[in-house]
Amino acid sequence: MAEKLTLEVVSPYGQTFKDEVDEVIAPGSEGEFGVLPGHIPFITTLKIGILIYKKNGKPGYIFVNSGYAEVYEDRVLVLADSAEKAEDIDVERAKEALRRAEELLKKQENIDFARAQAALQRAINRIRAAELAGKR
Amino acid sequence: MATLRDIKRRINSIKSTAKITRAMKMVSAAKLRKAQERMFALRPYAEKIDELLHSLVQPGEQDVHPLLQIRPRKTVEVVIITSDKGLCGAFNANVLKAGVKLINQLRSEGFEVTISTVGRKGRDYFKHRDVKMRKNWTGLSGKVSYSSAQEMARELMDSYINETFDELYLVYNEFKSVVAQEIVEKKLLPIAEIEQKEEEVYRDFMFEPSEGEIFNVLLPKSIEILVYRALIESAASEEAARMTAMENATKNAEDMIDRLTLEFNKARQASITKELMDIVGGAEAIKE
Repeated sequence: MAEKLTLEVVSPYGQTFKDEVDEVIAPGSEGEFGVLPGHIPFITTLKIGILIYKKNGKPGYIFVNSGYAEVYEDRVLVLADSAEKAEDIDVERAKEALRRAEELLKKQENIDFARAQAALQRAINRIRAAELAGKR
Repeated sequence: MATLRDIKRRINSIKSTAKITRAMKMVSAAKLRKAQERMFALRPYAEKIDELLHSLVQPGEQDVHPLLQIRPRKTVEVVIITSDKGLCGAFNANVLKAGVKLINQLRSEGFEVTISTVGRKGRDYFKHRDVKMRKNWTGLSGKVSYSSAQEMARELMDSYINETFDELYLVYNEFKSVVAQEIVEKKLLPIAEIEQKEEEVYRDFMFEPSEGEIFNVLLPKSIEILVYRALIESAASEEAARMTAMENATKNAEDMIDRLTLEFNKARQASITKELMDIVGGAEAIKE
């Protein structure tokens, strides 16, 4: 298949990624979905997770913090609340955040459960994305 | 003619003023750089979300979300973004003038106008004027965060949905360059009227989870982004305006110091000459 997808990831803090890729797997709010060239027009909300793209057989990983994905004419546009390439992730910071979130959840009182849960999810996914990239 | 001591005192006072204005200019330059960075980082996101919105919202499609409803216009809200602090040239005067013009225009068309302001300068200006002030946000300029913009946007959207007003305008300084700011009047709500700018084809998308669900998050988000962007643009403009104003002030102070130094030297010479003449005159008198 000669056709390619254009993957673009932007957040309010800037453009994280833009390149031609062969395949995209993204964490949709209703479950993960894969996109290959020729996909029908599609819009979904995203949850906190890891976006995987494949370029020339090699995978790459991007941490995305909710937002939207739009697929239109072989272009995948991801609008995330925040996004980081796996190799740019500050693992130490994420581990620290993970520890804090776990502590908060253990207390189980006077906490904004949804927020703590989201913080936990972000930390876990950041660390996992960094690990995946490291294994390559 | 002023005495030597008077002139000396004035020179010193102007020197310390120049020191302050120079320092303020440096501070503004640093703040401007930060604001500019944030602005450039946000631009691609803001453009994409706008694009997404345009490709989704069909003209006339009103039932999917309350923010898309077009009601008969009765009350119009104008939000004017000013600064908390002064000493920034015509920055506030310009935006206030534009705001007043818009208010008068809307009134002459027969609408009721309410206003909200951002910044202490706007609040003070409209306090004693004949307009209904609804809300005021202060303490934002200089430290605009996404969450503060979010809070503000939510209040505005809630008021719109509660039918407190039927239309919403934003008046603010847009950052063009360090020397140029442009006043912008932007209609924020209702959203559907933003449409109709280009002949874009409505794209038939598949939605997940559902179209309504997507709108529920996308529409408020796009308003939040617009508000955030306006606040950052205004903050950058404020610092740019202050930088220019302070640079001019420093230059004027330096000119003044030069002029006074000249005057000081002249006065000094004159007094020396006078003293010499006194001495010579005295010596002559003794001789005789």
